[in-house]
Amino acid sequence: MARTAPQADDTDASGDVAVSRLARLMRPFVGVAVPAFAAVAALLVGAVMLLAFGANPLVAYGELVTGAFGSADNLADTAVRAMPLALVGVGICIAFRTDVINIGGEGQIILGAIAATVTSMAFDDVPRVLLVPMVIVAGAIGGGFWGAIPGALKAYAGVNEILSTIMMNLVAFHFLSFLLQDLLIEPGAIKIQQTRRLSPNADLPLLPGGTRLHIGVLIAILVAVLGYLLLFRSALGMRLRAVGHNQDASQYAGMAVKKSVTQALAFSGACCGIAGAVLVFGSESHRLIGEGGAAAFTQNAGFNGIVAALFGALHPIFTVPASFLFGGMLTGGSDMQRAIQVPAALVVALNGVVVVFVVGSLRLRDRLRTWVGEVSSYGGRA
Amino acid sequence: MVEPTDNTAAGATAPHSASAEPRGQASASPMLEMTGITKRFPGVVANENVDLVVQPGEVHTLLGENGAGKSTLVKILYGLYRPDEGEIKIGGAPVEIPSPAAAIEHGIGMIHQHFMLVPTLTVAENVALGLQGRRGLADMGPVRDRLMEVSERHGLAIDPDAYIWQLAVGERQRAEILKALYREARLLVLDEPTAVLTPPEVDDLFATLRSLTDEGRGLIFISHKLAEVMDISNQITVLRDGEVVGRTTPAETTREGLASMMVGREVRLGREVPDQDVGDQRLVVDRLRVRGDRGNISLDDFSVQVASGEIVGIAGVSGNGQRELAEAIFGLRPIESGTVQVRGETIAAPSPKQVRRRGVAFVPEERMRHGAVGEMSVSENLMLVDYDKPPFARGGLLQFGIIAERCWELVRRFTVKTPALSTETSHLSGGNIQKVVIAREFSADADVLVVAQPTRGIDIGAAEYVHERLLEKRAAGAAVLLITEDLDEAMQLSDRVVVIFEGQAMCDLPRAEATTDRVGLLMTGVSEEVPTPA
Repeated sequence: MARTAPQADDTDASGDVAVSRLARLMRPFVGVAVPAFAAVAALLVGAVMLLAFGANPLVAYGELVTGAFGSADNLADTAVRAMPLALVGVGICIAFRTDVINIGGEGQIILGAIAATVTSMAFDDVPRVLLVPMVIVAGAIGGGFWGAIPGALKAYAGVNEILSTIMMNLVAFHFLSFLLQDLLIEPGAIKIQQTRRLSPNADLPLLPGGTRLHIGVLIAILVAVLGYLLLFRSALGMRLRAVGHNQDASQYAGMAVKKSVTQALAFSGACCGIAGAVLVFGSESHRLIGEGGAAAFTQNAGFNGIVAALFGALHPIFTVPASFLFGGMLTGGSDMQRAIQVPAALVVALNGVVVVFVVGSLRLRDRLRTWVGEVSSYGGRA
Repeated sequence: MVEPTDNTAAGATAPHSASAEPRGQASASPMLEMTGITKRFPGVVANENVDLVVQPGEVHTLLGENGAGKSTLVKILYGLYRPDEGEIKIGGAPVEIPSPAAAIEHGIGMIHQHFMLVPTLTVAENVALGLQGRRGLADMGPVRDRLMEVSERHGLAIDPDAYIWQLAVGERQRAEILKALYREARLLVLDEPTAVLTPPEVDDLFATLRSLTDEGRGLIFISHKLAEVMDISNQITVLRDGEVVGRTTPAETTREGLASMMVGREVRLGREVPDQDVGDQRLVVDRLRVRGDRGNISLDDFSVQVASGEIVGIAGVSGNGQRELAEAIFGLRPIESGTVQVRGETIAAPSPKQVRRRGVAFVPEERMRHGAVGEMSVSENLMLVDYDKPPFARGGLLQFGIIAERCWELVRRFTVKTPALSTETSHLSGGNIQKVVIAREFSADADVLVVAQPTRGIDIGAAEYVHERLLEKRAAGAAVLLITEDLDEAMQLSDRVVVIFEGQAMCDLPRAEATTDRVGLLMTGVSEEVPTPA
């Protein structure tokens, strides 16, 4: 038996068929299993780091898990932390699947937040049932616009999107700073870069249960489902993915490549923009806060969302649990730090190790996936 | 000295003599013996218990379809792969070949399909590269002298100071052969050496090869072009699915016999193309002038017309403007002057989308780069053009049920061998990927087809199939522009043959007048006093 290409008539090779069955069983899980193993490996490395600081890793990780998932309140905090990650993550899935690298999540969050804030100020008195959807849509438009700019620059002028999206982050950041020093600043507050308390009609309603959990979590799940439908169930998504895999073949097939690249970054930016709106109107201050607080307002979600998306195998649905886990690391990390008195930087480092391991494992995952794909093709139906 | 006076003595005692006849005599140990070679890759056995014996002074052809294991076998011989099992003997002595360096030491030379030459260095510098004990490129004098000597001895004229990029393809190949001879290769492996050559260049190459075997060198010749194999070989070993399925000589077999051995079933070569009347002009390329990637004029004053119900073949060696022609027709390359008309209409701002909308389908030359998205599934590739049209998409959402139905129909009709519609396309064999592309393009409503290199690198069975579909399209009244480097293909299928050379049409011959000799000569740029019709 010698075959150089997977063929339909390989059923005679019993050994291969067994391997092939196994591979077919593994197939749906490879995407998530490999990064999960990588995360565990990262935690082992983290344990060594904790030992070096004289902390008991088991105690530390216990605190981390408790802090993240230990109580209803902790779970809610983790979920609140995970929402922007998931929203950005879905946007990252759309961009990366189109082979467009979006490092501009931060800027798109900021523009989404500005658009949502201005909308809420302009329509102060619109009833909540309308104003909440309005600010979310405004966020999507603001972020989408901010993403479409580097998208169009890449598509029509060949500007590298990695550079342009990073630069757009800076532009957005300083634009926000400018607005908060002047046009949007809270009347009477001279030094503090923040808006007034925004219209309560735009506050994201809390979910029942007495925790901080608000409807942002439903929005994130909805966006993830929409992202999935867009990418895998719509004609547009098929075009984006085709362009992402092979621009030349897509063009030869008659697809509009430049339009696709622009659209991908616009959709990606729109998801980030929704995250911006959720961050403002789901916050406890109900204000848009800048300067020094700028990083606090975006919570670095524009970058962390990339990790969540990669953790979720660039699948919008898987990005939700991935964000929840990553959000748990972020909230539980601070609890761990307080409980066992290690430097705050250690928690950052621990997160960094997880990111490096998870992102680094993706190549392995792709190779494994190729192998599984090939092997599971044996002995298939004719 | 005693001169051998009869053939038997010459054959038995002097295998290095000028005799190019196949030896029937019991000789000393053969030049190369590979015994029981097995090589496995994950999920694939590339070579299974393969034996290969090469005698001095013989051209031993390895024949087989893509993926039959020819390349694996010679890569083992050249030290690029280690065999899992089996033994290699050179001149009767068992050897280990862990690296190409070791292979060269054993007198094995390899002429790769894609030349291993540095374009920005001269011929002599390329020869010096990789020689051991050299202090860089400073010491070129002796290398150059010896290269000249080798070149003269073998009648392989070359300018040692010419840069590789200045050389024509045939000359580059000569440089590769000289490189091997310089390293005193006694056994040369030539991996599809004729793939890039024009017919006259092939004749030159074969003359060279014969002179090399006359000196007693052994040659392993890899090809799937049956006519060449019948012409040059002394021995033929046929591989299929990694195993030796036959050993024969040209005297004992026919092209059909070889083809059947290769694919494992009866194959009919050559086909009758029924005469039929042509209809209106569907695709008219008029005095087209187009620049290549480097700004050079790659199509100059090029005209061709294709009418409904005919196949017009564009024959020529690759790189003479074929790619640019296809791209210009498809709106992928700006047109400097001249026009492309589809059904009498010039498309204002051509793009693949616009051109396709007017009923032109396209089978691109590079199927993995331009024809298919390897990472996407078979069904997605089958739908790559029509995915957003009803009934396959409604309200922007893909209708998977209808798509699956359609795709299964295409898979059956075009006999694509795939385990499932969801199989990643890159996991299929080259022939099956081409069938996916053909199925997509031929099943469309398009009645103008631009088909580039449709059978390159795919096996005979699949090629035969593609040819049938092309003729079917012709019978159905489509206008087909067939761009091909395969001369046999062009002559077999085309109603008219246009030879392209350096961006110009050398002729426009009706089938009856297009003989191999004539077309072959035109492909080299030798124009003839033939009035071109139209």
